[in-house]
Amino acid sequence: MIKAIEEQRSLPTKTTARRKRFSLTPWLWIGLAVLFVIIFLLYPMFFTIWLSFLNATSTQFVGLHNYILIFTNPALLEVLRNNLLWLVLATVATVVLGLLIAVLVDRVRFESVAKAAIFVPMALSFVAAGVIWRFVYEYAPPGQTQIGLLNALLTALGGQPQAWITDSRFNNFALIAVYVWMWTGFCMVILSAAIKGIPSEILEAARCDGAGEVTIFFRIIVPMISPTIAVVTTTMIINILKIFDIVYVMTGGNYSTNVVAVEYYQQLFNFNNFGVASALAVLLLLAIIPIMYFNIRRFRVQEAQR
Amino acid sequence: MSTMNPEAQSSLVAPQKAASALPMAGEAARVGRQPLRQRLLSLVNHSLVSIIVILIALVWSVPTLGLFISSLRLPALIHATGWWTALVPPWSFTIQNYEYVLHTQGLGQAFLNSLIIAIPGTILPTLVAAFAAYAFAWMEFPGRDWIFLTIVALMVIPVQMTLIPVLGLYTMLAQATGLQLTGNYLGIWLMHTALGLPFAVYLLRNFFAGLPSDLFESARIDGASNINIFFRILLPLSVPSLASLVIFQFMWVWNDLLVALVFMGGNPDRAPMTVTIANLVNSYGSNWEVLTSAAFISMALPLVIFFTLQRYFVRGILAGSVKG
Repeated sequence: MIKAIEEQRSLPTKTTARRKRFSLTPWLWIGLAVLFVIIFLLYPMFFTIWLSFLNATSTQFVGLHNYILIFTNPALLEVLRNNLLWLVLATVATVVLGLLIAVLVDRVRFESVAKAAIFVPMALSFVAAGVIWRFVYEYAPPGQTQIGLLNALLTALGGQPQAWITDSRFNNFALIAVYVWMWTGFCMVILSAAIKGIPSEILEAARCDGAGEVTIFFRIIVPMISPTIAVVTTTMIINILKIFDIVYVMTGGNYSTNVVAVEYYQQLFNFNNFGVASALAVLLLLAIIPIMYFNIRRFRVQEAQR
Repeated sequence: MSTMNPEAQSSLVAPQKAASALPMAGEAARVGRQPLRQRLLSLVNHSLVSIIVILIALVWSVPTLGLFISSLRLPALIHATGWWTALVPPWSFTIQNYEYVLHTQGLGQAFLNSLIIAIPGTILPTLVAAFAAYAFAWMEFPGRDWIFLTIVALMVIPVQMTLIPVLGLYTMLAQATGLQLTGNYLGIWLMHTALGLPFAVYLLRNFFAGLPSDLFESARIDGASNINIFFRILLPLSVPSLASLVIFQFMWVWNDLLVALVFMGGNPDRAPMTVTIANLVNSYGSNWEVLTSAAFISMALPLVIFFTLQRYFVRGILAGSVKG
């Protein structure tokens, strides 16, 4: 991007010999966009930060009270813990699975069909995915017919049916699985493109030297596509931090599955607590800033290597 | 930031014949020199990989298939037996669940609402962004790069950072002028326009800037105005980029739940399908004849777009995935 901007900077001087004088024209062209960004993004951002230091009704300054509450209240701590679990598990699972599938899919003849099958869930809304998986996880007490696929398989294999969505031993994992199902295809497509970019001579040379496929994967493929892995990982983190729909549709945040974005919504509309809601939003922003910084730095390195 | 990759765009659509031909040729040459045992081993390896990939693709497709098949079964049957039993003849499928949700549960209206929200929610940000992107790419003015970078940086702002103040603004506006934006289409169009802008400006500016400058030069020498250049040269040349952007933004608005809940949640008559279905889940948790058909109606349009415009769809998704 930086490179592109530098290119841009030099272009007009190179190509047009227009005199530098103030012109209203560019401002007319960007005016509407700037207006939208200021009214709907910039001003709200600073206002939300300010609201996070005020009380529930935004009538009194309370300092860091809302933040202290978030980090001390047991229910809110659980929300943060769940978000962390999501962040770690869902990120690792989507990236690792995406990478493995990308490597495997590269070796079969029906590659495009397999890729399409794995990518399709990205076209669906989280709401639809939530319904699809609630049906997969459907539970009936032992002895009754299981119409949920997972419990049917489990009982067919001699196991006991489980209440995947309400049992707090599994439900967070069950919800994370839905996200993994939706987003692994995304990781796969990007990583697959990066793998195809590795010169085949390098792989051939390693094979001639007697390197096994596992060695090739860890010693050649992974190091060579590490910039892409970083980009995919940060994209996943930014997405997962704000996870809302899956939890809202599948459990409504009940049964110990609540996450920050759902808690935000509930603070806003169920409890009318603008202070805590804003503080939760600010926490999401704070978590995203270092990732963005990392992403931009990686991007510059990548651009420089090209 | 940009995950757009020319190879990523085509790899899903066309299985990269040129790239895969090379290793195959090398392999064939090697196979000729290998002893039988090794050749057998590599054959087994290949079939094993194929089987694993087929299994994975199945695991990924079966949940959606189950939903679709269930939506076509009689309610009594859905609750009595697993959907997989319906695969065996005698088949008895019905569309009565669809008729029921469309007419009785208001899914028909919700489908219309989704369209009414998503179409302007796509056209508006694309148009506003295209104007700005043209200026950012081909005009010179003080602070240009800074303004552009600020807009791009706002791409990852969590939606949650903007909702409360915007609701407040809408309330103030309603008190001052009587124009009610919360619960009205206009309010959600404006919000989606703002949320879609940073990514749209970023994508289009990079595309516009990549066009050859001679184009604009000769047009200017011929006396073409900016408006003429924009509509006659720039937009026609940008159709592929615009298509990716439009599809991405449309899917984003179509599949959005949070913004719709916040601005339309209190007005069921104008709520889009995502909100309606989320409410159905709340009130009919295990009423699968309603939920399966409702969910499938909401999936139909994205699936059609995916299978007909796969190339643009993938490109748009890949480029815009970090959007807040």
